[in-house]
Amino acid sequence: MSAVTPKGVLVTPVFKNNPIALQVLGICSALAVTTSMSVSLVMTLAVIAVTAFSNLFVSLIRHHMPSSIRIIVQMTIIASLVIVVDQILKAYAYEISKQLSVFVGLIITNCIVLGRAEGFATQNPPLLSFLDGIGNGLGYGFILMVVAFFRELLGAGSVFGFTVLAPVQDGGWYMPNGLLLLPPSAFFIIGLIIWTLRSLNPEQVEENQFQMKENTQPKEAV
Amino acid sequence: MAERNNDTIKKILIVAFALCIVASVIVSTAAVALRPLQIANQEADRKTNILRVADIYEPGVPIDEQFSVVTPRVVDLRTGEYTDEFDPETFDSFQAARDPAASRTLSGGRDIAGLSRQELYSTVYLVGDPDNPDQIVLPIRGQGLWGLMRGFLAVKGDGNTITGITYYEHAETPGLGGEVENPRWQAQWEGKKIFAERDSVTPAIRLVKGGASGETEVDALSGATLTSRGVTNMLQFWLSPEGFGEYLARFRDDVTPDEAAETTPDFDDVEGA
Repeated sequence: MSAVTPKGVLVTPVFKNNPIALQVLGICSALAVTTSMSVSLVMTLAVIAVTAFSNLFVSLIRHHMPSSIRIIVQMTIIASLVIVVDQILKAYAYEISKQLSVFVGLIITNCIVLGRAEGFATQNPPLLSFLDGIGNGLGYGFILMVVAFFRELLGAGSVFGFTVLAPVQDGGWYMPNGLLLLPPSAFFIIGLIIWTLRSLNPEQVEENQFQMKENTQPKEAV
Repeated sequence: MAERNNDTIKKILIVAFALCIVASVIVSTAAVALRPLQIANQEADRKTNILRVADIYEPGVPIDEQFSVVTPRVVDLRTGEYTDEFDPETFDSFQAARDPAASRTLSGGRDIAGLSRQELYSTVYLVGDPDNPDQIVLPIRGQGLWGLMRGFLAVKGDGNTITGITYYEHAETPGLGGEVENPRWQAQWEGKKIFAERDSVTPAIRLVKGGASGETEVDALSGATLTSRGVTNMLQFWLSPEGFGEYLARFRDDVTPDEAAETTPDFDDVEGA
């Protein structure tokens, strides 16, 4: 487990205890918004803001929260924050908010947000919870940006909208890989990232839940 | 920590109620305070798209200043005449399509664009002199592969030559159907003709796979058959007498409005009219 220090809660979720790579939470939106890097960046900022502030507010009222309705209370806080973020994006980043469309609203259902509110903020003081929210948002964003980098580079030949590999459609040489623009490619890339991270940190590898039995089929009956 | 009992009914009600009040105040404050900015954004976005399809958009110049050459008018799609019944600045044809009194139902083979309801009045944008426009910008919409696609088509003052097309709202696959946004694909529309023959009121313009030839054919989007079909269908629908056909006939010198009227589809099944 990560040490509960301000620095610890901020840094460990990025590599050691990454919400996507280790906890495998919130990959639904990671599939949808990673076709271009600028969109992913805005999504990352939105998720960081929502996780950080929902953790803060949940932590502030944690001593007054009736346990029978605590999930609803947390959801209400998260949903309100998401609406506010969505409204701000529509007012100040209209172009990008059009591309993100429903996925900003779907931050509400992002398991990372509720997971941190319930798992961390209900037991820890406000400031620490706030930093934990930022840390987990960063961890989410880190994976998002890596996935988006590969998808945009190989799928459209550009990085942050700037052409790096001139695609054939625009008279260049690079034949873009259409698969990388479709959601399944994010699965492959996330899978490769998880593989890499777990090879570097072998302690992340989980125990097999079930041991496969040896194949004891008798010899072929003649 | 001395555990307080938070699970009494009184406490639950107080917490739930207080939370709802606080949350709703925050949400409504944000919504109300940011509303003017959002509306301005949508307005500017719509105007930018109109200017862009007419190819007169200049980045950096204030939108409202550029938009002064454009005159919006509301057209009665049944007769092709302008109507002053609605204020073109505020008339919303999408709203009208949902209003039974200002729309009609489309069914079966007539509904090739997949709209199911169509408005009876629509806003057109005239570039240049409103009486003798350089270009006419028509709103078009129809089903693509994943959902409704909305865009604009710009036509020259002769009511037949296309100058540009743009889509400002669609849900097509990025890189495949989403290439409707690609400027290179959009560029090949310039100079294409809507109608093949002099007297025809049936639009001939369509997307074809593997190399367009002739002036009523445009290259289809590679890897996006259904999106391309959607684009063809929505153009065939909106440019036929079911859509802007009557209106465009006014600009075409090769077709008399009478001829167009003969092939007019019946508007009798207008619901609530």
